[in-house]
Amino acid sequence: MEQFFRDPSIYTLARGPLVWLAFIVFFVGVFYRVYNTIQLAKKEKVIYPYLSFKYTLRSLIHWLIPFGSISMRRHPWFTLLSFVFHTCVILTPLFLAGHIELWYDSWKISWWSIPQGLADAMTLIVIFALILLVIRRIIQPDVRFLTGSGDYLTIVIVASTFITGFLAHYELLLEYKLMLTIHMITGEVMLATIPFTRLSHIFMFFLTRAHTGSEFGAVRHSRDY
Amino acid sequence: MVKFERKPVTDIGIDETLNRIDESKIKRAIDWVLKREASARLKSFVETCMRCGMCTDSCHHYLAHEGDPTYAPAAKVKQTIWDILNKKGNVSKDEIKKYARIAFSECNLCRRCVQFCPFGIDIAYLISLVRRICCLIGAVPQYIQDQALSHMQTTNMLWFRQDEWLDTVQWLEDELRAEVKNARIPLGKKDAEVLYLAHGLEAKYMTGLLTNMAKIMNVAKIDWTMPDCDGWDYTNKAFYAQDHETLQKVVRTHYEVAFKLNVKRIVMGECGHAYRTGIYEGTRLMGWKENPIPYLHGVEFFYELLKSGKIKISQKIKEPVTLQDPCNIIRYRGLGEKLRYIVNTLCENFIEMTPKDDHNYCCSAGGGMIDAGPPWKMARIEGGRIKAEQIRDTGAKIVIAPCHTCHKGIEDLNDYYKLGVHVKFLTDMIAEQMEIPEEMRA
Repeated sequence: MEQFFRDPSIYTLARGPLVWLAFIVFFVGVFYRVYNTIQLAKKEKVIYPYLSFKYTLRSLIHWLIPFGSISMRRHPWFTLLSFVFHTCVILTPLFLAGHIELWYDSWKISWWSIPQGLADAMTLIVIFALILLVIRRIIQPDVRFLTGSGDYLTIVIVASTFITGFLAHYELLLEYKLMLTIHMITGEVMLATIPFTRLSHIFMFFLTRAHTGSEFGAVRHSRDY
Repeated sequence: MVKFERKPVTDIGIDETLNRIDESKIKRAIDWVLKREASARLKSFVETCMRCGMCTDSCHHYLAHEGDPTYAPAAKVKQTIWDILNKKGNVSKDEIKKYARIAFSECNLCRRCVQFCPFGIDIAYLISLVRRICCLIGAVPQYIQDQALSHMQTTNMLWFRQDEWLDTVQWLEDELRAEVKNARIPLGKKDAEVLYLAHGLEAKYMTGLLTNMAKIMNVAKIDWTMPDCDGWDYTNKAFYAQDHETLQKVVRTHYEVAFKLNVKRIVMGECGHAYRTGIYEGTRLMGWKENPIPYLHGVEFFYELLKSGKIKISQKIKEPVTLQDPCNIIRYRGLGEKLRYIVNTLCENFIEMTPKDDHNYCCSAGGGMIDAGPPWKMARIEGGRIKAEQIRDTGAKIVIAPCHTCHKGIEDLNDYYKLGVHVKFLTDMIAEQMEIPEEMRA
């Protein structure tokens, strides 16, 4: 933050105030969306009285473990792609050495990081997986029928963050600092848009599964996986 | 781009209504449902759906129209409720016609797709919201409207009057006495163990089924009764139209009769939707968390009778038999194991369908599709191709279908696809195969 006031430039803006803004929007947004959903759910008679911790957990376990549900076993390639993609897309930014250095710089906190080679591989996997997902969206008729602009938007947001990060690290295409600035801005856009785009499935997943898991387990005495 | 293409179908319940109303009524109905009735589930389901297509091939309608993505579960949501939301409720009459067609004749509300969605999005709930909107507009298939109206006025589905009901039961009792000595069909008896409710059809067209149930009750020496007033019909066709008001009225009447007669529990026959409405769809609307007194499905009741030895089976069926798992009692209430116990007690050669139990395919007649009547018959026959193939693959000669809807639906599939099977109710099988003690025989 102070850096920006000492030397106001787009780089220091993206490096300082925008990071704050992105995190605030992200956390407030997620909190607002979850709170809002919980409040709305009170209006529905069939949600709260039937929520069951046991069956929520059962549901989450079956849907967070690869091939844990019949549905996933019926779609093995998509499941594989989906799990590899989600693992990389979550872990890479969290455990990238470069990011942890930034945390240490600003907050004097640090944690275990993954080797650069692995991080590179995971980044490429994310980009490659996104390309496959786009191809799937275009060639599979039922998915193409469902797809709207919002779906491509989320893919573009995520892809641009990972692509620019990779390019910046290897100083490709554009000058390092410029590419780094673009990477920081795309990353911030991604963070800030999570609560308000289809990326909200990251946290809404747990809410919808809690309802459906409880409903299938406790009320219907059948399986939701 | 794939288009929604269907052969035109005329249904006066939808077409005539839409001729009579103006678009402001459509807007009012949509606003009512979206602002007053639907909230968290609608919002979070629509926003969380990742349009991934994992639900697509879980639906028998899609599988039967393979290659046509407009039949995929999420696609049906896209073409109805998403469309309504995108247009902020400003939709035309033609669009309502399309929504009604999708909601009433292309989705059985069987909820199989929910089991295949990574987010557990309840597509059947979203489709039932579309039905609710159509119901408030009045654009519901004529046959469903008629039955719901009958429920509204008589609490049964077939405009049966009280005196006709009493009369019917009395001659059924008479007939039963030709088989079982001193058989009784008690009506309005107080403090009985069991209040038996019948299917509307059992009073008018399928009286043999009611007689068989009475026979079982007599042989098992159950202290039972039936209502001597309106409310004897357990069906609840208002549910198909999502006519919540009538739905509640019917369910409330059942419990009121049970309280008035001071019975220990209610037993119903082999039906799916009525079990679901009686156990929780209706009770939840009334604000009860659960049903106030035990409400047993025929399957649960027969399971008890067989398990406790009150009924003994004298001969088993030797022919190959397969079993239809009705969505409303299996996926919606987990009666699969009990059902299999009964089937194994009755049959020697039981062959399972694949998939089975709570992952079964719907018979394609449920959720009101059969009740939508002749205009929509081909829609369910086409969607039922998957069920027909499943049955044919087992090689069975008899299909047990413990649900009136599945039963009739599979009979129609049998005719159309020439499956060469017999469709049977458990009630009929038990009544035929049980041991009648010497002293009870007439």
